[in-house]
Amino acid sequence: MIELQKVCRTFTVGDQQVAALRDVDLRVDAGEYISIMGPSGSGKSTMLNMLGLLDRPSSGTYLLDGGDVTALNDEQQARVRREKIGFVFQSFHLVPRLTAAQNVELPMILAGIPSEERKSRVRVLMQNYGLSDRADHKPDQLSGGQRQRVAIARATVMNPTVLLADEPTGNLDRNTGWEVLKLLEGLLEQGISLVVVTHDAEIGARAHRQIHMLDGRILSDERIEK
Amino acid sequence: MRLADTLQFASGSLRGSPTRTLLMMLAMSIGVAAVVVLTALGEGARRYVVNQFASLGTNLVIVLPGRTETAGIGPGMLLGQIPREITLDDATAILESSAVKRIAPLTVGTASLSRDALNREVVVLGSTSDFLEVRHMSMGLGRFLPAGDIRESASVVVLGNQMKRELFGNEQAIGQWVRLGDRRFRVIGVLAPQGESMGFNTDEIVIVPVASAHQLFNTSGLFRVLVEARNRDSIEQAKHDAEQIMFQRHGGEKDVTVITQDAVLATFDRILTALTMAVGGIAAISLAVAGVLIMNVMLIAVAQRVKEIGLLKALGAPGRQIRGLFFAEAALLSGIGSVFGLILGYAGSTVIALMYPSLPVSPPWWAVLAAFGTALGTGILFSVWPARRAAKLDPVAALAGR
Repeated sequence: MIELQKVCRTFTVGDQQVAALRDVDLRVDAGEYISIMGPSGSGKSTMLNMLGLLDRPSSGTYLLDGGDVTALNDEQQARVRREKIGFVFQSFHLVPRLTAAQNVELPMILAGIPSEERKSRVRVLMQNYGLSDRADHKPDQLSGGQRQRVAIARATVMNPTVLLADEPTGNLDRNTGWEVLKLLEGLLEQGISLVVVTHDAEIGARAHRQIHMLDGRILSDERIEK
Repeated sequence: MRLADTLQFASGSLRGSPTRTLLMMLAMSIGVAAVVVLTALGEGARRYVVNQFASLGTNLVIVLPGRTETAGIGPGMLLGQIPREITLDDATAILESSAVKRIAPLTVGTASLSRDALNREVVVLGSTSDFLEVRHMSMGLGRFLPAGDIRESASVVVLGNQMKRELFGNEQAIGQWVRLGDRRFRVIGVLAPQGESMGFNTDEIVIVPVASAHQLFNTSGLFRVLVEARNRDSIEQAKHDAEQIMFQRHGGEKDVTVITQDAVLATFDRILTALTMAVGGIAAISLAVAGVLIMNVMLIAVAQRVKEIGLLKALGAPGRQIRGLFFAEAALLSGIGSVFGLILGYAGSTVIALMYPSLPVSPPWWAVLAAFGTALGTGILFSVWPARRAAKLDPVAALAGR
């Protein structure tokens, strides 16, 4: 489904070239549960941004469903992000002036989906995530766990094929973190691929495929039968 | 993204920082209001002048003695001649033109007007029965000068409204005798109050037959001949004919000036319209300033909402959509600001109209449209740069708040 071939990403810091990804090859298939682990600076976040089309490779090829995505223009890439990719961030990234329901509705507004359909989809989703009584609350009136649940609802409202989560439990206490993780893992049943970036070995160990990174390279890529 | 959603999202972000939004709208509305009020004043001045001219009469051609054109020093001036005067016969001769409907010769002088012990200096107009029609005046009481041979004098006088009140108060004036200079005249009519026109108060004049005025002032020349053309289209013909007739009668010398009311009016109209546009333009500068303010505010908004822009990109908004959102914000800011400005401007014009009732203050439609258009235009134009800046943000850096 997603295939990275010899992907490099270099940043220019001052007059130095810093390589965040060096010749990375990676293949993500439908329904996979992958964790990417590694110390900070190992390139795991860059990898996630690359997978989510937020970043463009300096060299190499990104194939999505067999097509080269790096050749797409801004408009087409945005469309791919909108329709196939969902993001969950460590710091939630909810729009503070919008209510929980409006935050969930946002991707559908950008996609130009009619209002009635948006409202009914939001209602169903809020109910599934146990947020119905929080629908009209602003993010600052929600707990951390609730905020992340809203963010997950937002990430899944367009029915993406892959969900990218960058330290999704990083800002949550242990118990809430587990709940959020279980919620994410539940999405696997819907056939969504899940890629979680974490530096927490315990969380990483839950994935069916564990990738360790160091200095922009994939150190190990293990599949664990569960 | 749908237009309604775009507008709703943009208005949501404007409401997110109400103070800034209100101040911006205030700046915009002051600009628009300035354009509206200033052009309303200019337009008021223009209409005032046009009305004043129109009250003089319609389709008027005016013949006056002497050339007002600069043509160097003519032989007549070296010999100490003064321009030949226009006589009553000259005036009647103009009637021969088919383009002329009627004429009113005019002599002007001052004399002392008295009744018993009451006495004052007045402007005396000498004219004919057609003067009333040509000059668009109306009678209050009695009748105007009698028709008949204009060379015949008669001891009758028509009083301006204020003259009647000063001399007679509430008493009956018609049929009474007054003294004008060393002659006695019988009052046959009183003009209706007309107020001032072209700085000349017709309420403070008296009108006598032109021949009587000539006797009174011991002259034979005319101050003006007012010529009324048959219709608007024949004004030029009447002017041409009047020139020709005077040219022939004055022995082939062009010693009169013929002006048309239209020409004078058109000149004033042009000058005042230009003036209105000039003040409107100056006021429009404040709109440009408001535009720069909008740009400033938009740049701040982009900087403050970097994370939100990054998020929108991650959620699948292309650069075009982000630009659209910022344009929508600018359009809403300047649009709503302009509407308030128009309200403010119309209110201001109304206040001025109440303070100066004689000035027909009203903002011209083109200025209102231009102010609205300029406001909206500058608002959007000045948001191009901030919007492009937002659209070009790198999503990874933006999400990190960098």
